[in-house]
Formats: sequence, structure tokens, C-alpha cells
Amino acid sequence: MSARPNDYAAYPDANGRFGMFGGQYVPETLMPLVHDLTAAWGAAKTDPAFKAELDGYLKHYVGRPSPLYFAERLTKHFGGAKIYLKREELNHTGSHKINNCMGQILLAMRMGKTRIIAETGAGQHGVAAATVCARFGLPCIVYMGAVDVERQKPNVFRMNLLGAEVRPVTSGSATLKDAMNEALRDWVTNVEDTYYLIGTAAGMHPYPEMVRDFQAVIGREVREQIMEAEGRLPDAIMACIGGGSNAIGIFHPFLADEGVKLIGVEAAGEGMDTERHAAAINGGRPGVLHGNMTYLLQDTEGQITEAHSISAGLDYPGIGPEHSWLHDVGRATYLTATDLESLDAYKLCAELEGILPAIESAHALARVGDVARDVGKDGIVVLNLSGRGDKDVATVAAHLGMRI
Amino acid sequence: MSTSRIDARFAALKAEGRAGFVAYVMAGDPDYATGLAILKGLPGAGADLIEVGFPFSDPMAEGPPIQRAALRALGEGMTLSKTLEMIAEFRQGDQTTPIILMGYANPLVSRGFEAFAREAAAAGVDGLIVVDIPPEEAGPLADALDAAQVSLIRLATPTTDDERMTVVVRRTSGFVYYVSVAGVTGVKEADAAVVAPHVTRVRKASGLPVAVGFGIKTPERAAAIARVADAVVVGSALVDEVALAAELNEDVTSRVLSKVESLSKAVRSARVGQTTTV
Ligand SMILES: Cc1ncc(COP(=O)(O)O)c(C=O)c1O
Repeated sequence: MSARPNDYAAYPDANGRFGMFGGQYVPETLMPLVHDLTAAWGAAKTDPAFKAELDGYLKHYVGRPSPLYFAERLTKHFGGAKIYLKREELNHTGSHKINNCMGQILLAMRMGKTRIIAETGAGQHGVAAATVCARFGLPCIVYMGAVDVERQKPNVFRMNLLGAEVRPVTSGSATLKDAMNEALRDWVTNVEDTYYLIGTAAGMHPYPEMVRDFQAVIGREVREQIMEAEGRLPDAIMACIGGGSNAIGIFHPFLADEGVKLIGVEAAGEGMDTERHAAAINGGRPGVLHGNMTYLLQDTEGQITEAHSISAGLDYPGIGPEHSWLHDVGRATYLTATDLESLDAYKLCAELEGILPAIESAHALARVGDVARDVGKDGIVVLNLSGRGDKDVATVAAHLGMRI
Repeated sequence: MSTSRIDARFAALKAEGRAGFVAYVMAGDPDYATGLAILKGLPGAGADLIEVGFPFSDPMAEGPPIQRAALRALGEGMTLSKTLEMIAEFRQGDQTTPIILMGYANPLVSRGFEAFAREAAAAGVDGLIVVDIPPEEAGPLADALDAAQVSLIRLATPTTDDERMTVVVRRTSGFVYYVSVAGVTGVKEADAAVVAPHVTRVRKASGLPVAVGFGIKTPERAAAIARVADAVVVGSALVDEVALAAELNEDVTSRVLSKVESLSKAVRSARVGQTTTV
């Protein structure tokens, strides 16, 4: 285990590293573009006008702040700590993804880019990207694995309605990692006008930092809201992990508060004792993919292996580099939840709270009982309900053996 | 010392007053035995240098032909260590043709840079190109390669301006690879007139020979590039022959090698009668 830093806010360092993780492992053709983006982001993040513009759209278009809701019946059901849900599913477009898209589209326009590309797994990021592109009148191309196009059809239709072109990707395993490969191939081909709007806190520097900063609005709001509701910080904060953006967004403002446990939940697919899972930290080892050094699912030869999860949004063999680092220094803990556990949690949340959670978020819900009992009766747990589950009803029905 | 194989070959090409032909093949495509037979036949068919791709599951800068070649090779169980084995077998019969390995970072990271560099040198590898390790991230790899006396070959591209060029050519030796188009392999076509001033720029900044690749598929285009560059690289068009031969039920080795012959002939004769030398 590496030593814990004195100041978490000082990361990434000047080389885009979180300890040994992160960096800029990209083809030379893209390096000048990545440097341009780093410079543009560096200027924007300290510009009060940029912040004011973003805050305005987050409030009036996205609908922020999202509520922090005391889930009374889930709390009672588990009989442990008080469970609060951070209601990111109530944002415009139904997930946390819009926070990042709004930030990046404003940056893309500042940079004078006129064509937007994105990758998507569940389609939530694709929908959010298509939404901001529609709002600002920019053409949007979304790369999506052919397998995901099939299992997230409603979102494909939504993207089309929003004017985006969805390009199914058939190479490799035809899921999120392949969509990202294809988006990178597009970027390397269209270097003049194109902005790559990455949907999670992964990829090459500055994306992990930039996406984190755009998503950190979640954690900042939680801080204020829990102080108002409870007069103190929570004992634990939980989130599901795909690339790690909703998790790092809610974790980051609490990194320095060592008393607050940070718990990510990776997708265990059919089980950690099988090869069919998507848990990069629990089942992988460090390597280089998509521009950064991070934990990856790979074979002994360094070939990337396919991830498997019922959730298209978690079906990725890597994880954002900051999580790899938080794991190594021991600041955050990474648990897992299987497909079946997540389906159960999906139903439980629907029945007890009247909320259909995204199947991604349901992975965190699958572990919230354990954590709430662990923390104990007087404790407080906050869980990031990253998205709404309407998009998943067909998947859930299929697993229940029903047709709708 | 292995670097000298590259230097010696470029010195010989200069003396002959012609550009070199560089053949790119994917190791183990379509299988180990055929891949080795192709490798052994390349110098006789006119390849002056050989680039050997080692397959990676997620080749983010490749177009469909090389993506498919990598999948074919991986499907046949090709690995980095088997790639080195194959090169060692090739070396038993050829001590002069430079071999450049080309691929992506993760198989090397997984093996460990020091161990890889030692094994590569022992197998007879002369140079290494890693598509997704730019100069900013190359320190540890460059150290390992230096210790094993294997050249780190750098890529310069249409997006590399003069300021960046000085960063790109740092710690490089052997030659510089100019990527003639912004894009993935095997899609856009290179234009010799556009490429020429960039070759001059790269040569000046590096003091090294410049090989041009990406987007060269036909003998005509290879000849045009051969008039302005020190070497011409063809990859996608060769790996496509592997796929085509399999489809047509033809002998893969002879189909690939006859393509190499026609391309290398075009490169060899490109400057005949040309008075100015580059
Ligand atoms: C609702 C929801 N939550 C979580 C994720 C996982 O992404 P991340 O780990 O970046 O938050 C996704 C991705 O599609 C999603 O749609």
C-alpha cells in the first residue's frame, strides 16, 4: 500500500498522475490536442465567468441542487444506520451524467470546437451528450457498442430524437470499451474541429480531473445538505463504479475528512468466482488502456479481457485512475455486487421507496444494508442514486422471465 | 550492438541512392507457422526493414485491416513472448535485416519493461515503436531500451508542430516514423506533395532518416513517397492480403510476398533517373 498524501486536493500532479496512476498514454497525433485541452481546462476552471455560466445552466436547465432524501423505509428495512439517497436520478435526462456534459460542452464551445463525439454504455451519457448538443446546436455523434444498442434501445431512440447520430460499434466485445476505442479513432481522424466528450472520470489527463471536478457538485451539495439535515458529516458515502464518475463526484469533497468512509461498489456480474464480472479493482491489476494507467481486467499477457455485467453502464474493464489510487492508499474501499443482488436491490428500492433506480445505482443499493448495519444505528450513510431505472425495465423483466 | 543494424541498412540505402521499403506484418497472422514463413520470405521479396506488430486486444490507432489482423493472431494464441520467439527463429537465417517491433503499451507493461527489453534484444529486435507511449510517458521504457541497446523509434505526425518536434525526437535513434495522415492506419491516403516538407522538417530536427507510413497501399503511391522519404512503410495493404488469401483459398505466404515484391519494386525504381537526391 502506498503512503497517504497530506493533501488530496493536490492531485493529479503536474503530469496528470494520482500516484502511479493516470497519465497521458495517447498516440502522438492526439498529444497536441490533449495539451490544448489541458490548457483550456486550466484556464476555464479558474475563470469566474465560466463558473457562473455553468452554475446558471446547472440550476435552471439541469435542475440542481438535487435533493438529499432520507430513505425512511429502506433504513427501517435494514435496521442499521440512517440511509440518505442523493437524488441524481431527478436531474434532467435522469442521471448524474448531465453534470459533466454541461461542463464539457461549455468548454468545447470556449475552445471553438464545432463537432462533438462521445462514447456511451448504458446510453445515459449518450443521452446527456445529445441533450447538451441539441441545446447548443452542435452536431453529436455517439459511439455505442452493438450489444448495448440492443439492450438499451429506449436510450438509442432518445438520442435519435435529440438529433444525435448513434454509431453502433461491432469491433471487439461490442460494449463500452470498444465504443471508447472507436471514439478515439474518430478523434485521431478529425483533429481540427472535434471535441471528445468523455463520459466518465477515466481516460487520459485532464479528463479524470475535469470530469471529477464537474461531478464534484454532487459531493459539495451533500456536504451542505447533510449538515442542514443532521448537523454533522455522514459516516459513510457509497456509489456504484463504472468508470467512476458518480463515485468520485460524491467522494471528492470528503477526501480530507478521514472519518467519512468512502465505499465504491463494482459490478461482480455472475460472481467474483467466475470470469464474468466487471470489477477492475477487485479482479484486475494495473495496466494501460485508453490513455491512463489504472486497474484493468486483463490476462497474463496484458490483453484486455471482456467485462460482464447486467448493467451496460458498469460493463467496462477499467476504472478511473483516481479510484485506483484511493484504493492503493487505502482511503476508499471497493466492494462488489452481483447481477442478481443488484436486481433484488432494484426491486426493493422500487417497492419500499417508490423509486426505480438505474441498474447501475442498484449495485450500490445491493451493499447499503451491509454498510448500514456495519456503521450501526446511530450512524448516517449517504448513497448516490446516480440514475433512474426506467431505461432498465426491459432488462429487469427479462431476468424475471417476463415479457413487456 | 543492435542499433547498428538499422544504421547500417539506412547507410546502404543512401549509398544506393534509393528509399527503403518497410513491410509491416502482424506476428502470428494468420497463425504462427505461416507468420514465420512470411517473415522469412520478406527480405527476399524486397523488404529492406521489417516491422512486426505484436497483437493487442484494443488497438486504438488502427483501422479495420490491422484490427482484424490482431484479432486473427490473438485467436491463434499469439503473445508477446511468442512474437519474440518468432523473431529469434527469423534471426537464425538473417543477421542483417532490421526488425522493429510495433504495438501498444499494455503487453509491455504487463511483461515489465526491463525484462521485455532484455528478451527483445536477445531475440534480435533492433527497434521498438509503441503507439500509445508518447515522449511524456516514455522515460522508464527508454531507460530499459537504452540498457538493452534497442532503439526507441518515435512517431511524428501532421499535428506535430516545430516546438513539439523537439520533444518528439528526444532520446530517439535509428530513424523517425512520420505518420503521413491524421487518422488510423489503412483509411486515408497519403499525398507525397503534402508529406515532402514534413519529411524535411523531421529530418532536420532529428538528424535521422525518415520513414513514412499510414495510408500507402499501392505501388504508385509507394513510389511517389519513395521520391521524398528515406523509407516507405506499408502495413494495412499487406495484412489485407492475408485476409484475402484465406477468403480465396490461396496460399497466404505467396500472396503476401508477391504484394511485397510489387511494392518494393516500385520503391526501388522510384528514383531511377531522378537527378536530385534527398
Ligand atoms: C445511472 C448511471 N450510474 C452510473 C454509471 C456508471 O458510470 P460512472 O461510474 O462514471 O458514474 C452510469 C453509466 O452509464 C449510469 O448511467
